Amino acid sequence: MKEKPVVGLFVTCLVDLFRPSVGFAALKLLEDAGCKVQVPMAQTCCGQPAWNSGDRADTADLACQVIKAFEGFDYVVAPSGSCAGMLKKHYPEVFQQDPSWRERASEFSAKVYELTSFLSDVMNVTRVEADTEADLTYHDSCAGLRELGISAQPRKLLASMPGVSCREMKDCETCCGFGGTFSVKYSEISNSIVSTKTENIRSTGASMLVAGDLGCLLNMAGKLKREGSDIEVRHVAEVLAGMTDNPAIGASGNTKRNS
Amino acid sequence: MRSDRFKKNASDALADPQLQEALEGVRHNFVGARARAAENLSSFEDLRDNARDIKDHVLDHLDLYLEHFEKKVTAQGGHVHWAATAADARQAVLDICRKHDAKTATKGKSMISEEIELNDFLEENGIEPIETDLGEYIIQLREEAPSHIIAPAVHISMEQVREDFRKHHSHLPEDRPMSDPRSLLLEARGILRDKFLSADIGITGANFLVAETGTSVIVTNEGNGDLTQTLPRVHVVLASIEKIVPNLEDMSQILRVLARSATGQEMSVYTTLSSGPRRQDDLDGPEEYHVILLDNGRSSMLGTEFQEMLRCIRCGACMNHCPVYHAVGGHAYGWVYPGPMGSVLTPSLTGIEHSSDLPNASTFCGRCEQVCPVRIPLPKLLRHWREKEFEKHLSPSSHRYNLRLWAFLAKRPRLYRLATSIARSGMRLMSFGSGHIKFLPLAGAWIKHREMPVPESGGFFAQYARRGLGS
Repeated sequence: MKEKPVVGLFVTCLVDLFRPSVGFAALKLLEDAGCKVQVPMAQTCCGQPAWNSGDRADTADLACQVIKAFEGFDYVVAPSGSCAGMLKKHYPEVFQQDPSWRERASEFSAKVYELTSFLSDVMNVTRVEADTEADLTYHDSCAGLRELGISAQPRKLLASMPGVSCREMKDCETCCGFGGTFSVKYSEISNSIVSTKTENIRSTGASMLVAGDLGCLLNMAGKLKREGSDIEVRHVAEVLAGMTDNPAIGASGNTKRNS
Repeated sequence: MRSDRFKKNASDALADPQLQEALEGVRHNFVGARARAAENLSSFEDLRDNARDIKDHVLDHLDLYLEHFEKKVTAQGGHVHWAATAADARQAVLDICRKHDAKTATKGKSMISEEIELNDFLEENGIEPIETDLGEYIIQLREEAPSHIIAPAVHISMEQVREDFRKHHSHLPEDRPMSDPRSLLLEARGILRDKFLSADIGITGANFLVAETGTSVIVTNEGNGDLTQTLPRVHVVLASIEKIVPNLEDMSQILRVLARSATGQEMSVYTTLSSGPRRQDDLDGPEEYHVILLDNGRSSMLGTEFQEMLRCIRCGACMNHCPVYHAVGGHAYGWVYPGPMGSVLTPSLTGIEHSSDLPNASTFCGRCEQVCPVRIPLPKLLRHWREKEFEKHLSPSSHRYNLRLWAFLAKRPRLYRLATSIARSGMRLMSFGSGHIKFLPLAGAWIKHREMPVPESGGFFAQYARRGLGS
């Protein structure tokens, strides 16, 4: 029998800070798919806030930290298209002028995957067995969609769940207006963009919004809540892993699902 | 130049219901049209590669092609004027007008004319400029700047046009038909027809300059460019230096992606080539043909990380697909070029000090790069501007301070966990048992518009370590 691939889970700073359950859902999905999963403790953030603020020095320091912590694994998987995009597409750019790290970064980047694409494309998972019941709509987060080509994989996995039905929203590939620090630096513009998005979400009539990036989810959940909507907002990993008993993103601690 | 007021401009734009309604059209019409056009041509992606390669080749040999173009134009009886700055270009136009004692100049749509602020300059010097592109004509009446590079009046409603025409065309009967777009179009056409016939000079832009044949090329949908350049005695072409392509074959390749990316048409209605003044047996055409080649900061982009921006063929696809442009429209950007391409080009041509918001006002959603016909990596170039700002300490000090503090912690995993666990507890405390946080330092701008979801209790790593799994 072939040995199990060893996967390093890149948890992401937002999952660690806001929603650890997404990390545990990812862990479960990877193990169910036949991987041996490890979580290096020497990880914090991929460095994207520095990279997108033009701070190359801090970006390079953080990228080195991540590469050192993860280069021993067969694969590196993150439950985020944005962070996986940073690790996979941008790390080689970070070290473009640095011959001592350039090759190391490229070798590392080649092993990086976003969670749903890893399950689909590498582990050939076609079915997930969780018994989640959900009438959902799926938002394509920008980095996952455009940097990594993630669109069909999460939809296929969701569609394989007997209790899940998906209604496509209008302009599902349009940005939600999060953009990291953009959402506070240009909060009025961000608000206008997310308002268009939540209108499209609400128009589907779906009772759950699902996406693959916590940043976008916090933004859309925050707006939906402000608008008084009771649409449940969840990370795709939670739904796929059947871990939907905890309160949805932005829902209060004492209202559990289906209660 | 009001790019330094981007935030205020954006705020005003968001509060303008008429503008927001007009932008609704941009969000839908352009996006769908471009998608259909791309889908209907199986070789579209290959053509984009070709277009990119042609432009890259030209930019690597720009001097060679420009000199060849000049030689060819001169041999065909035309004149080439080199303009290093906007002022040089304006002066060159004025000199030509003076030489011919011109009183009026009809104009085809030209972004270079906007860039060098030609209309004001001509008026100051007693020459009446008449915009003949319908959109440009409307905004000229309104004394406004274009808000889009291919649809200059996209921010205006039909009702506004009707009011403008009533005000400015006061010699026409009050009860004339003005209810539908076509009647307004015909009215403008009637007025412009006389102007075409009486103009002394015709000024157009150029979508391409063909080096091999010494040809300037314009694409239009209204045919106004043709009347502008063939009827007056003198035809003046305003073009920036990066518009050059080696030959007609290359031009055709790029034409195949231009209109598809811009409006979703296979081709624009008119593609007009001009290669000099009227020859002896020509039935019509100008007596004189001038090409003004504008640099205005472009040559200093060559060989830098911003060189790729010079591939731009001004189709407008990036702004048509930009969520920020969709939200605030073109005027918010404060200068001639809005949207993602403008946010890269404006700092390059006018200085980052005057436009520091532009490269930052992007979510990096990447849709601009996805649709750019010449594959300009716009997010990457915007990020390069952010790097320049960071190096020059142009970013706000509070932001820099927060970033440094965050980076200091993020490089020290143990300390970082301690800090985030304190932050998490603080946020949970500030939620007062609800699902969202009522008050949070640094997040006021977020909380103003949306709730801040409360974190789950306990960080991932703490929980993971408790399970005895940490490696």
